[in-house]
Amino acid sequence: MKRPPQIAWLADGKRLHLQDGPIDLIVEAEGSAPDMRRAYEAAAARFAGLLDELCAELQELRRAADPQHCRLRGVVARRMHAAVAPFATDHFITPMAAVAGSVAEEILGPMLEAAPLERAYVNNGGDIALHLAKGKQFSIGLMDRPDRHGVMRTLVIDAKDAARGIATSGRHGRSFSLGIADAVTVLARTASQADAAATMIANAVDLPGHPAIVRCPASELQPDSDLGERLVTRDVGELSYAEVERALDSGAACARKLLAAGLIEGATLRLLGETVEVGTSRIAASNSRLFDERAA
Amino acid sequence: MSDETAAAAGDKIRCDACPVMCYIKPGAAGACDRYANHDGQLVRVDPHIVLERTVSHGGRLVPFQAGGDWDGKLVREPEMFVTAIGAGTTYPDYKPAPFIVSSEVDGVDMVTVVTEGIFSYCGVKVKIDTDRYLGPETAIVRAQGEAVGHVTTSEYGSQMLSLGGVHHLTGGSKKEGRVTCDALMDLSNCKPVELTIDGGATVMVQAGYPPIVNGVAEERMRVGCGSATIGMFAKQWHGKVDEVVVVDDHITGVLSEHQAGKLLDIPDTGIKMKGRRSTPGRYFQVAEPGTGWGGTKISDPLSVLGPFDPKTARAGTTMLMVSTTGEHAAYYELDDGLRPVEKPMPPDLKLSVERIQENCEPALCTVLFMGGAGGSLRAGVTDNPVRLTRSVKDALTRVTSGGAPVYVWPGGGITFMVDVTQVPAGAFGYVPTPALVAPIEFTLKLSDYAALGGHMDYVRPLASLKDSAEIRPMMLTPGRRS
Repeated sequence: MKRPPQIAWLADGKRLHLQDGPIDLIVEAEGSAPDMRRAYEAAAARFAGLLDELCAELQELRRAADPQHCRLRGVVARRMHAAVAPFATDHFITPMAAVAGSVAEEILGPMLEAAPLERAYVNNGGDIALHLAKGKQFSIGLMDRPDRHGVMRTLVIDAKDAARGIATSGRHGRSFSLGIADAVTVLARTASQADAAATMIANAVDLPGHPAIVRCPASELQPDSDLGERLVTRDVGELSYAEVERALDSGAACARKLLAAGLIEGATLRLLGETVEVGTSRIAASNSRLFDERAA
Repeated sequence: MSDETAAAAGDKIRCDACPVMCYIKPGAAGACDRYANHDGQLVRVDPHIVLERTVSHGGRLVPFQAGGDWDGKLVREPEMFVTAIGAGTTYPDYKPAPFIVSSEVDGVDMVTVVTEGIFSYCGVKVKIDTDRYLGPETAIVRAQGEAVGHVTTSEYGSQMLSLGGVHHLTGGSKKEGRVTCDALMDLSNCKPVELTIDGGATVMVQAGYPPIVNGVAEERMRVGCGSATIGMFAKQWHGKVDEVVVVDDHITGVLSEHQAGKLLDIPDTGIKMKGRRSTPGRYFQVAEPGTGWGGTKISDPLSVLGPFDPKTARAGTTMLMVSTTGEHAAYYELDDGLRPVEKPMPPDLKLSVERIQENCEPALCTVLFMGGAGGSLRAGVTDNPVRLTRSVKDALTRVTSGGAPVYVWPGGGITFMVDVTQVPAGAFGYVPTPALVAPIEFTLKLSDYAALGGHMDYVRPLASLKDSAEIRPMMLTPGRRS
């Protein structure tokens, strides 16, 4: 029983929801009505068959990336590889670390070819590919943690900025993390680069061997995880302020290296309520709270 | 729910819902979080289960799949983009998603925090426009036999019901909670719900539609109580009829005794009312409440009258009896024995009855959803939690529910009410907690962020900060563990 891809408007009638298997995209384009239509049609057209293309090379995509050679054929698969290759010499990383951002980019591309747009984004579960026409900007809100109604933080990406990709990684996400960061949000030139870098920086926010951190082999949770027997973080217990700072320092050192290498434009690292920013201070803590009464 | 599409492989199963073909361990979900291994069976993870998981993780929910099917066309013009872009993370993926919250509108950067709140203490207030007796005050209101609320006050010709709330949602039996949740959700989504009142009526309630009381659809709500009706129409009756009784469960009015009649020099008729006289021409409790005339249980209006006083009454006296909605009316003349005898109604009196009807507005059921922000609103805020509350009170932050205006009840916290007919269709959902899921948005001007929190100096275009050094605001937060 294979479920066909879903293509539907969200309730607001202006964002398109594309879903196929684990791919879950929110797409929005701004421009003239005919241009928007062309863009959405292009997005829907490119979406068809995308998951099958990826799955055809799934085995290879789940293997550690070779820093030099790419044996992958598909355009999205090759983009995934290209995004993780800069890390592959020194670290274990598979192209899967960049799958969400790479898919987001792949959908945005044909939209921009189809029509001139003022603004557009493809949001793949928090990994976002952006388009901004001259003079335009996006305000991006960040959640501190997905399982808490954390403070909203905002950052502005202007057309003049180099960043066109945003990604977030951390231990609460759908994919596993080797580190303990609640969330690492990265701005990069492309969504696939941001995705790969967020994974790496989130892994680096860590306190190896700390007894309060519960880890378990990824394969015990998901038999076919690309992380295999590697220990992924399941829970983080009591940490002292100094320990939180030390873990964030470790992640920030990684982020600074990537910034210096031109792989990212900026990053925000969060752990247990503490925040470190690298390369950008445009991310502002704000006071907007979300409604909830569970703890009332 | 189960699909026979998974091939067992040891304790794992292989999902073939999509080409990823995940191996899924018992009790775990696949990469998509949509399919899971339940005791060796591949099951489509019901959205409610995932929601529950999100809730148990303390998660925030975002709308999912509430929109229409993609028909290849744009359904909205870009200039209709009125407010900010909503949450960008996609259900059921609770990755820490940065989501786009702001969009340029009229040159002002508006920030909208879009979420669906989980309201486990919520309720609905139902206003039923009817004179008919629905049941005694404080009587239990039931849906499918379960207590879901109670009859509260009757005000201005409408009967109020208060349904839901924490005691029915979570305080009673499991079934009570579930039925209450269902009833609240259906009422909030403008669907009909049959409610039975202990010691009273069965009423079909649907927001925006007339109530159906014991199988009879209510048409009009009364223009006023019996006494008020006398006041309004006394002049029009003057000279056309000697006596008028407006039968009403609450205050029955009698023209000749009423102040309005006195002002018109209408002579006494010797009428004797049953019930308790309040002030001249105004009587309480002329009959038991019910679904007959004017919200009483009577079908013969003469039963509210005693014998006419032979000292004052005279044969041939004419009398109109009418209910507060004009729905029931009869015309009488006193015979030689001073007994009222029903006669065909003269046309000009018929006209006055129609006038009463005309002034009665269509009877409707209206449903206000009521939800609130409790402790966690305050508990988790990093710097000064009361600021959002204050900013809402000061009208700097606008609260809407699915874009619909809300009334924020003054006092502590943020307790709001919204007319469910103003909220987009199907906006209310539930989680098995049980609790209702309702959309809620906070909208505020970026400039008001400054007033709210003062962190505005952090929001800048990237270009202006290219050269800035690393900044480390290490904020101490109440949620921090150390």
